[in-house]
Amino acid sequence: MREELFVSGRNIPNIDPYLNIWHWQIPIYLFLGGVAAGILFFAGVFTILGKENKMTATVKKAPLLVPFLLVFGLFMLFLDLKHKLFFWQLYTTIRLESPMGWGAWVLMIITPISILWSASYVREVFPNWDWKFDFLKTAESWLIKYRLWIAWPMAIYAVILGIYTGILLSAFNARPLWNTSILGPLFLVSGMSTAAAIIIMLSKDHKERKIMGRIDILLIVIELFFIVHLLMGFLAGSEAQINAANLFLGGKFTAPFFTFVVLLGLIFPAVLEIFELKGFKVPIYVPAILVLLGGLIFRFLMVEAGQITRFLY
Amino acid sequence: MRYGMAIDTRKCVGCSDCVVACQTENNVPVGFCRDWVVEVVDGTYPNVSIELRSERCNHCANSPCVRCCPTGASHFEEGGIVLVEHNKCIGCGACIEACPYDARYSHPDGYVDKCTFCIHRVREGNDPACVSVCPTSCIYFGDLDDQNSKIVNVLKNRKFKSLAPEAGTKPQIFYLV
Repeated sequence: MREELFVSGRNIPNIDPYLNIWHWQIPIYLFLGGVAAGILFFAGVFTILGKENKMTATVKKAPLLVPFLLVFGLFMLFLDLKHKLFFWQLYTTIRLESPMGWGAWVLMIITPISILWSASYVREVFPNWDWKFDFLKTAESWLIKYRLWIAWPMAIYAVILGIYTGILLSAFNARPLWNTSILGPLFLVSGMSTAAAIIIMLSKDHKERKIMGRIDILLIVIELFFIVHLLMGFLAGSEAQINAANLFLGGKFTAPFFTFVVLLGLIFPAVLEIFELKGFKVPIYVPAILVLLGGLIFRFLMVEAGQITRFLY
Repeated sequence: MRYGMAIDTRKCVGCSDCVVACQTENNVPVGFCRDWVVEVVDGTYPNVSIELRSERCNHCANSPCVRCCPTGASHFEEGGIVLVEHNKCIGCGACIEACPYDARYSHPDGYVDKCTFCIHRVREGNDPACVSVCPTSCIYFGDLDDQNSKIVNVLKNRKFKSLAPEAGTKPQIFYLV
């Protein structure tokens, strides 16, 4: 039997009995970042493929949401800072070794790109929109002309942003649940799947919904595979990693994880989408909203559970 | 020069003097501490062993906290002392997540705080507060590169361990066992 206690007393807020320094703001940001990354990726790729007029919701409508999602996500990050007035220090330093430093700069680049992209499509989505000033109109026509030039960096930066939401967590060696390289791809795929759900909800075109539905099913299958891979990888690891996996395999996160993420957030919506493709009538909002909620809950569980796991010594 | 600490777990009586001395010396806010004492009890009566450890920031040579800091607030000072520059810290909490020893905390004023090896005392040639106050003199502080220093002699003659070396952090605090 082994028992450890602090004989000097130690009950530091948010550190003891277990770490809880990142609160609800972080999973919300990770979720919004993932959705934004997914939407921008699809918009960029379908533009590069020359399908912008067939995939109108993907390329034109959904990206209009992205600047709002990103700015709201950044605001969430700002809320989580404890020394708020010093936040600008993020942009007076370049720290190549710091994932958070990378993330701050990636957001600094992709947010303006998403704003430019949306601006070039505002008048197409809202025909009554008027830019009022001549210089804005010239800027718009210039943007429209060079859309393909924006699409490439946008798609690439979207992938970086999507992976970054996972790397932000996976770079922490001290938290065994996070410290796995599969987390980047897993969060990227999950973000793309939630983005596909949003596009399906926004689209009025049956063909486009069908394409995005198929993509979403594929992404969900990949995500399920990654989750199995994640847990198997932990079970083959050290004791700290086995403990981390056990939080989801019998521990306190088992029920919410398998109910809300795996069953209701992935398998059930995938089955509904398959039924829809087979011609059954399924209200499109049901699988889409389930995927979105599943993605959000997944991030909450990962952030919370990861902070409980630690090295044993 | 490389500062380090050797703590004799066989001499420590767990009095928590080091904790109080640190709180007083460094004006640590009430309810927080930069060092703490852990008691580890192994086995069942009558076969019981006990280990007392005074723990604090390990001032790791390969610090995950310094690496992950997005603003460079967490940095190395002379002798490898890991320090947080308050006016550069944005309170993002990345370093707190990165520390396998949970040695950092968020100061009520917003920045992240932790053990400094009492760098203000060390620069004047004194020992850190926890070292100078220890009633059993179980904490040795000094330059690990100086072959004549007391800490190097102690580490030469005794068995020692460091905490979670598998984390790859290269901690600079050694526990004599």
